[in-house]
Amino acid sequence: MPVFDLATTELRALNQALHALDKSGASEDFEITNPRGAHAVAVGIDAPVNVTIKGSVGYYCAGMNEKATVTVNGNAGPGVAENMMSGKVVIKGDASQYAGATAHGGLLVIEGNASSRCGISMKGVDIVVKGNIGHMSAFMAQSGNLVVLGDAGDALGDSLYEARLFVRGTVKSLGADCEKKEMRAEHIELLTKLLADAGITDVKPEEFTRYGSARTLYNFSVDNFDAY
Amino acid sequence: MSYKNPVTTPRKSATFDDYTLSEIRRAAATGIYDIRGGGAKRKVPHFDDLLFLGASMSRYPLEGYREKCETGVTLGTRFAKKPLELKIPITIAGMSFGSLSGPAKEALGRGASAAGTSTTTGDGGMTEEERGHSTQLVYQYLPSRYGMNPRDLKRADAIEIVIGQGAKPGGGGMLLGQKISDRVAEMRNLPMGIDQRSACRHPDWTGPDDLEIKIQELREITDWEKPIFIKVGGARPYYDVALAVKAGADVIVLDGMQGGTAATQEVFIEHVGQPTLACIRPAVKALQDMGMHRKVQLIVSGGIRNGADVAKALALGADAVSIGTAALVAIGDNDPKWEADYNALGTTTGAYDDWHEGRDPAGITTQDADLMKRVDPIAAGRRLANYLKVMTLEAQTIARACGKNHVHNLEPEDLCALNIEAAAMAGVPLAGTNWVPGQGGF
Repeated sequence: MPVFDLATTELRALNQALHALDKSGASEDFEITNPRGAHAVAVGIDAPVNVTIKGSVGYYCAGMNEKATVTVNGNAGPGVAENMMSGKVVIKGDASQYAGATAHGGLLVIEGNASSRCGISMKGVDIVVKGNIGHMSAFMAQSGNLVVLGDAGDALGDSLYEARLFVRGTVKSLGADCEKKEMRAEHIELLTKLLADAGITDVKPEEFTRYGSARTLYNFSVDNFDAY
Repeated sequence: MSYKNPVTTPRKSATFDDYTLSEIRRAAATGIYDIRGGGAKRKVPHFDDLLFLGASMSRYPLEGYREKCETGVTLGTRFAKKPLELKIPITIAGMSFGSLSGPAKEALGRGASAAGTSTTTGDGGMTEEERGHSTQLVYQYLPSRYGMNPRDLKRADAIEIVIGQGAKPGGGGMLLGQKISDRVAEMRNLPMGIDQRSACRHPDWTGPDDLEIKIQELREITDWEKPIFIKVGGARPYYDVALAVKAGADVIVLDGMQGGTAATQEVFIEHVGQPTLACIRPAVKALQDMGMHRKVQLIVSGGIRNGADVAKALALGADAVSIGTAALVAIGDNDPKWEADYNALGTTTGAYDDWHEGRDPAGITTQDADLMKRVDPIAAGRRLANYLKVMTLEAQTIARACGKNHVHNLEPEDLCALNIEAAAMAGVPLAGTNWVPGQGGF
């Protein structure tokens, strides 16, 4: 198994090695030690490789990930898995701001809490947070699913498009054009799958409330003056 | 015999002129701000207010056609493993597929490639037509990240992080429902027919310290190959440029208020940001103060129309210029042959700017399948290449007249200004004097 000790190896060498992997074939698992808050760890991977990071990372860990499974045994700084296309990123600790920002696909699991703007402008990714999320999460979220087992902060789903938000705990406040929605059978089914994918078995989908776009701001109207 | 008192000639208010009155009536009737395309239409100090001195007793000129005057420019020499090598110092500015039709984007790629320069994507991502027909393609990295994906990032020739644009420093994008066709909606992952509200700030970084880390990520993802541009609107050019250098830019694109937009509020276009002429000197000063002039390249845009504008921008210290509006005109925008169609839309050739409505008679700023057929991408690309070459020839003509064997050797000393405003903004003497107003910092 390739092991990259970032205390003694340049980040460049690690990312270059990950970029050299075969896009389609299986490869050996990678292990990264001593990340010590380094930024841009394991970014731009485009191969079905397992990468385990032993420690906490800085900004943009697993940014733009495709196909890879990246596990962080620690906390992640801002923008973890930003613009992920596919694959899976698991944070065993907490995540800072903008987790999963603009991500198009794949699954991001945060086992701790996520800070503000979790899932901002998400474009198809699934995000599961076992703890709480901060304010302005799912701001302008376009599509995909955000599942929160804990509580959500202020202005959840502000200026939301078609992303689905599921929160099990309380929501401090909803953002502009975000509203509570009915949980239908299709949503229970979807949530069951998302929880299973995230390895969560002790929580029932029926415990969640669904939120989504009221769609009143999709086309400009002066009668919505107070919302602008 | 009757007597009639003489009357005064009817006099309209300079403050409440016809345009202002029509705008008040329009706002009252519709309840929405006026949205339009293009850049500032108001008259501002510009390159026309500068003149070249030319050669004389103390300088000797180069012979046209015999003595070489080089025009090549290399962008991205600071960090990138693969800088852009352009034959001419004029690039095509970022314009999105979505705001422009597919054939229009293809024409821009064809024209730029034929002239040996680069073209640029826009909000909404990279299309196959564009990539296929552009030998050197700059990929814009925008706050919305519509259509942003690592595959396109890796197949771009350079990456341009857009912080702002001259038409609307501090503003986000806007693409109204009429132009969100199936293909545009799919690329942007939006429901069809809605108003696209693009963010004005990037979603995953705030401020220049974060940007430095973001640039590190982009470089790591692309293996340090691609030049990284930072595009800013003409707001606080000295400090914006200094911070862009600090954040790690290879190239800075500086867009003044005459720079166009696909669709923005009129009030934003006309009232926010500085004229292009006012932006160049502070930007160059920042680079010089940091010892980075010519090491970090500066591209100036916003109202570049001819080779004289190109030469003047370069003389003030830019490494290259970028054109958007002029390129659209070259491929057919506002062409008089569509006058009847413009009239039907309540406008006239040269004034048409409702690009957001998607009904462009020239087939350029539209997603209408029939209208876009009016652009022949091969013929339009040829026109753009011709125009780029003419501008380059004009800039060479001026450079030779000033005794320069490369257009980059033009310098402020070659210029004078026709009025005090332009002299102060450009930092060159008022014609006939040795007076440079406005000295003493920013």
